[in-house]
Amino acid sequence: MNEGLALLVDPLFRVPLLTGLAASLALAPIGVLLMLRDEWLAALGLAHLAAAGALGGLALGAPGLAGAGFGALGGGLVKGALGRRGNGVYGFMILIGWALLLLIAANSAVGEGLGQALIDGQLYFARWPELIAALVLALALLWSLPRLAWPLLRARLLPRLDRANGRAAWRTHLGMDLVAALGMAVGTATLGLMGAFALVFVPAWVAFRVARGWRATWVVAGLIGVAGYLGAFVLALALDQPFGPVLVAVLVLLAWGASALQAGWRLLTGWR
Amino acid sequence: MSESLLRLDGLVAGHRAPVVGPLSFALGRGEVLGLWGGNGSGKSTLLNAIARAARVFAGTIRRAPGLRLSYQEQRPVRLEPMPMTGADLLRAAGLDPRRAPAPLGALLGQRLDRLSGGQYQLLCVWCALGAEVDLVLLDEPTNNLDPGAERSLRALLETARADRAVLLVSHERAFLDAVSTRVLALDAGGWS
Repeated sequence: MNEGLALLVDPLFRVPLLTGLAASLALAPIGVLLMLRDEWLAALGLAHLAAAGALGGLALGAPGLAGAGFGALGGGLVKGALGRRGNGVYGFMILIGWALLLLIAANSAVGEGLGQALIDGQLYFARWPELIAALVLALALLWSLPRLAWPLLRARLLPRLDRANGRAAWRTHLGMDLVAALGMAVGTATLGLMGAFALVFVPAWVAFRVARGWRATWVVAGLIGVAGYLGAFVLALALDQPFGPVLVAVLVLLAWGASALQAGWRLLTGWR
Repeated sequence: MSESLLRLDGLVAGHRAPVVGPLSFALGRGEVLGLWGGNGSGKSTLLNAIARAARVFAGTIRRAPGLRLSYQEQRPVRLEPMPMTGADLLRAAGLDPRRAPAPLGALLGQRLDRLSGGQYQLLCVWCALGAEVDLVLLDEPTNNLDPGAERSLRALLETARADRAVLLVSHERAFLDAVSTRVLALDAGGWS
């Protein structure tokens, strides 16, 4: 067994491995839904609020995971209550979350080091609470995906159909906002701010370009998300590098590889 | 008019300000009502009002209890990129792709962003016409269609069943005369 596989089954890293695996399985589909609504920037906005919430929680003596949930879900609920969609509101979330994160870090005992750790990712320090949170997220997504995927597609492609028939679509949109907020809270607390954002953004970005069909889009995004996560997990440990930047690098390389393969396939087959 | 699916009485509708009306008409099952008029005459606004997407300034819109609507919008949503296929679009509209008519068969497996404007338009029209509804709203369905695709559209319209009504907006009078059972002409001053 080579060193990479040995790291994957090392009991010391079993809980972090499973935590990140559950989170990555959930974050890639969330990215597909956000990409569908042209709201992929939501992930970055919610991640900043989650990071600020986590650090605020730690500063007050509460678990970081609870603080992350408070920050991201609070942002998602406020956005849902205001009925605002679109990247403008997420721009403000990024700015507010970033400012809060740095201000809390500069003015509390938890310090700037922990703030930076939230940005880089603390996956290897994940324990049972983080694993349980990631599993809850994955199960919540498994339950909600069939209820959200087709109604959200209908709302996007045929935007007046629900209203014309007197159907209230706000539950679907609010449900999506809450799932995205929960995902970013768990993702940020485990994989780090940029790592969680990358797992939402990159697999969906690739899938929207190379997949043929709505179901294939989910499969491609899920495969890229899991492959990128597992590759980064092994590489970061083997090379003794911080997990978050390695994850981003692996996902960007996968995106580049998928784009190159698609371009080559088009060249060979003449496929438009 | 107890059998009317839709009845408009003195309707004045618009968005920020009134655009169309006052208008009065009723629509029953089996009818294909064509609304003809030039640019800015308020045809699309009228459909929007019926679909609860425009403001009613005066008058009333009475819909039959439990009325089910389908709505083909004048400018269909096109995203870049769109990995969904034609079959996915039909599924999203609640249709079974296997029951799509022959002219659409070749489009079902293709990504939506690979379709021409006319091909996508035909799919959107079928999303409205193929649905199990009482009232079909079609807004400029001939947009982007070449003569061959327009013949396909006429064939799709003929699949309209006798137990539902179609309200069809177009600026092409000849097309409306060919497919409608009745035509209303809208202009800035009212209707005839």
